[in-house]
Amino acid sequence: MQWEVVIGLEIHVQLSTKSKIFSGASTAYGAEPNTQACTVDLGLPGVLPVFNGEALKKSVMFGLAVGAQINERSVFDRKNYFYPDSPKAYQISQLYYPIVGEGHIDIDLEDGSQKRIGVTRAHMEEDAGKSLHENFHGQTGIDLNRAGTPLLEIVSEPDMRSAKEAVAYMRKIHSIVRYLGVSDGNMQEGSFRCDANVSLRPKGQEEFGTRAELKNINSFRFVEKAINVEIERQMDILESGGTVVQETRLYDSEKNETRSMRSKEEANDYRYFPDPDLLPIVISAEEIEAIRETLPELPDDKCARYREQLGLSEKDARALTIDRDMADYYEAVQQAVDDAKMAANWILGDVAALNNKNAIEFKACPVSAEQLIGLLKRIKDNTISGKIAKEVFEAMYAGEGDADTIIDNKGLKQITDTGAIEAIIDEVVANNPGQVAEFQSGKDKLIGFFVGQVMKASKGKANPGQVNQLLQQKLKP
Amino acid sequence: MHNKTIAELSAGLKSGEFSSVELTQSYLDRINSLDKQINSFITVTPDLALEQAKQADEQRAAGNVGILNGIPLAQKDIFCTKDVKTSCGSKMLDPFISPYNATTINKFNDTGAVMLGKTNMDEFAMGSSNETSWYGPVKNPWQQESVPGGSSGGSAAAVAARLAPAATGTDTGGSIRQPASFCGITGLKPTYGRVSRYGMIAFASSLDQAGPMTRTAEDAALMLNVMAGLDPRDSTSVDEPVPDYTASLNDSMAGLKIGLPKEYFSEGLDDAVAKVIESAVKEYEKMGAVIKEISLPTSNLAVPTYYIIAPSECSSNLSRMDGVRYGYRCDDPEDLNDLYIRSRGEGFGAEVKRRILVGTYALSEGFYDAYYVKAQKTRRLITNDFNQAFADVDVIMGPAAPSTAFKIGELTDDPITMYLSDIYTIAVNLAGLPGMSVPAGFVNDMPVGLQLIGKHFAESKLLNIAHQFQQATDWHTQAPAAFK
Repeated sequence: MQWEVVIGLEIHVQLSTKSKIFSGASTAYGAEPNTQACTVDLGLPGVLPVFNGEALKKSVMFGLAVGAQINERSVFDRKNYFYPDSPKAYQISQLYYPIVGEGHIDIDLEDGSQKRIGVTRAHMEEDAGKSLHENFHGQTGIDLNRAGTPLLEIVSEPDMRSAKEAVAYMRKIHSIVRYLGVSDGNMQEGSFRCDANVSLRPKGQEEFGTRAELKNINSFRFVEKAINVEIERQMDILESGGTVVQETRLYDSEKNETRSMRSKEEANDYRYFPDPDLLPIVISAEEIEAIRETLPELPDDKCARYREQLGLSEKDARALTIDRDMADYYEAVQQAVDDAKMAANWILGDVAALNNKNAIEFKACPVSAEQLIGLLKRIKDNTISGKIAKEVFEAMYAGEGDADTIIDNKGLKQITDTGAIEAIIDEVVANNPGQVAEFQSGKDKLIGFFVGQVMKASKGKANPGQVNQLLQQKLKP
Repeated sequence: MHNKTIAELSAGLKSGEFSSVELTQSYLDRINSLDKQINSFITVTPDLALEQAKQADEQRAAGNVGILNGIPLAQKDIFCTKDVKTSCGSKMLDPFISPYNATTINKFNDTGAVMLGKTNMDEFAMGSSNETSWYGPVKNPWQQESVPGGSSGGSAAAVAARLAPAATGTDTGGSIRQPASFCGITGLKPTYGRVSRYGMIAFASSLDQAGPMTRTAEDAALMLNVMAGLDPRDSTSVDEPVPDYTASLNDSMAGLKIGLPKEYFSEGLDDAVAKVIESAVKEYEKMGAVIKEISLPTSNLAVPTYYIIAPSECSSNLSRMDGVRYGYRCDDPEDLNDLYIRSRGEGFGAEVKRRILVGTYALSEGFYDAYYVKAQKTRRLITNDFNQAFADVDVIMGPAAPSTAFKIGELTDDPITMYLSDIYTIAVNLAGLPGMSVPAGFVNDMPVGLQLIGKHFAESKLLNIAHQFQQATDWHTQAPAAFK
């Protein structure tokens, strides 16, 4: 049977506010356990939450960026469950009236086409603390530093049909929150993590199959792998006549498998009800419009501008705009060298290649935009050739300094002095009488051989245009 | 000295008749010798009290001080007090020493008031008789076989027995007004949001409100002057100007329109209590007030509505008492579930468990709409009733409780009748209105309270109405024989 995969994602984005969503404690990552947990975060008797308006502003920005309805009145609910890292034994979330309603984004597929994915809703909530199971002599330690960190949970429609589409969706959401500056999107630190609902149905059937929820996946690569192994697992069950059980599963990246965490029967009844400690969040149409004014240019708009104003191809424009750090870098370089295509080729070519090779995120690229500008200017003013430039770039990437320093130190300056180039040509001509005769008898293609020889003799420093021109003159019969 | 009101004591401190240290010591001595009869305090804090009194005397010597400076007060053990045990009447919070002060405690500290100790209460404020306290029942100073009411029974009894000039209470369904009525003192539950809830251990967050328990309306005004106001730590506190609540105490009653809800004078009300209330209303007529019969047709829905909303909220509020971070923890838990189950099973008393179970049930999947959502709708109807009534009248009057104090143990096996003892007070919490209980007479030597219900933020008006009654009568000056 032909199966169709149906995937919906719930992405938890940590909003980059200075203090927590309901207390004044810091949200900075990596502090000593429980040093950033105040009386409110500890859930002491008598304490009350006070909502941090920054979280609202950032949530609204996201909603506007995905073309969603912003609910002028949204309500915090309590999600009740017992767990040691949940100090109040409830999480403050938004079930019935979320801040962000229906919206959508367009994702880029591998064949270059786009697909629209629905965003069902996005709601604000607080993060839980962490349970620490190591180094406690068989007991469990609780770190409440993360408790109360603001999250925006973005729920998609079940619109994705493959793991690749799910990853493309996740990347696009990541791109948008980074562009907006509403989250640092740091996946290692858990600022951006994802639950995936995966099910299969016979192709052509409208009704959804039974789904499994894969919890807490924190990298693009793992999302793809986790979904794919889950698809295989469900397909095996269905092909052999079995039925998929609705349950929550965990992905084990080391074994590359998913395993059951809890079944539907064991699922908590969260007993949601409106939190009586917090007033409904009310935001006026005027306030929403004021926030809209602050929205930066978003990836789709930037991509269109690059195509229309800078004449880039769709593919290059997409590739440059998905990561805000890369786009900012590109714009700085492009403006300084006034050559949109050259800047694009370098950034998508040499810069991206070395970053990928070294598994470095764009924002951590060791060659700054200013450094790359310095290099490209030397190509433009014929100080070096494009080929030498690659050598200089590698040296810059390795931390050997700016382009000019490297060119000087390595003596890579291009030879443009006609006399010096002629001297080399004369030598090459003298050493290759046979090829000269062949060329003069009409074998035009041999010009390449002579250019190569001259470039080699000049250690690549001769200006290739001049070499070509002078060779043509010299070799004339 | 112990029969003086706050206003009188403050004058004595001001004139130098006595110092705060002397005053505080005299109350500590009374508590020490008399409280064993009524068990109104869970914790007495003599060292802290005398230290605060000494500081208050120094502040007074140094310059201008507030009226409550140097005045000893009792705090209900529901307010978190830094470095002093806060039990909320429960084993579950034994031991719990709060690292912070409730806003109300801070406000009294800032004005130089003295804390004598923490008063007994029904466990987590759930009860109408003070019998659910893990620290044992409080006895009514007027007749020690009787309950003092609840949940602020310790505060009410301490004030009635002259063990403190005044105390704080909290009122979720009548917990200030009903014990004030049973103990013959003056109790005010302000408008919801008038006094900060920060640091007040939550029972039902949308209903809880702190207020003063005093011997006179004037003292209640002085206390509320300190307690009221917006608190940035409590999102449900209201940004409404705080007047000087003593300013209009002497306004005339001429032309005051009093509404008497017929539902409050029907079946279930003790005849003798009804007579006391009727004669109190006559006092107002004498002062020129106009009486009007009104109807609050949804009155019968208040108790069932309350017993969905309050348990629902409490089931969630009390979940944090899980034995993990503070308070009671069972011995040798086998695993996490065992820790939760036994800590909570051993730590909470029967009434608290009953309400947690009711609330958990009401919120559970499949029942939420039928119970919680419907109760919220009914709550709106009840509020609408009051709003409609207040279009025609300035104040609503009636009994604070259907009877005088019942006997200890009399209703412990009859929770429904116990719940009905709050029948006249509960609707006021559901509507978020201010309410008062004022001593209005006696039945068989037991006090009866007249309830006054006002519009939102009409505390000044209620205090004025209560004060005028106390100018015309002396019920509020009566003291129980054993504590004169």
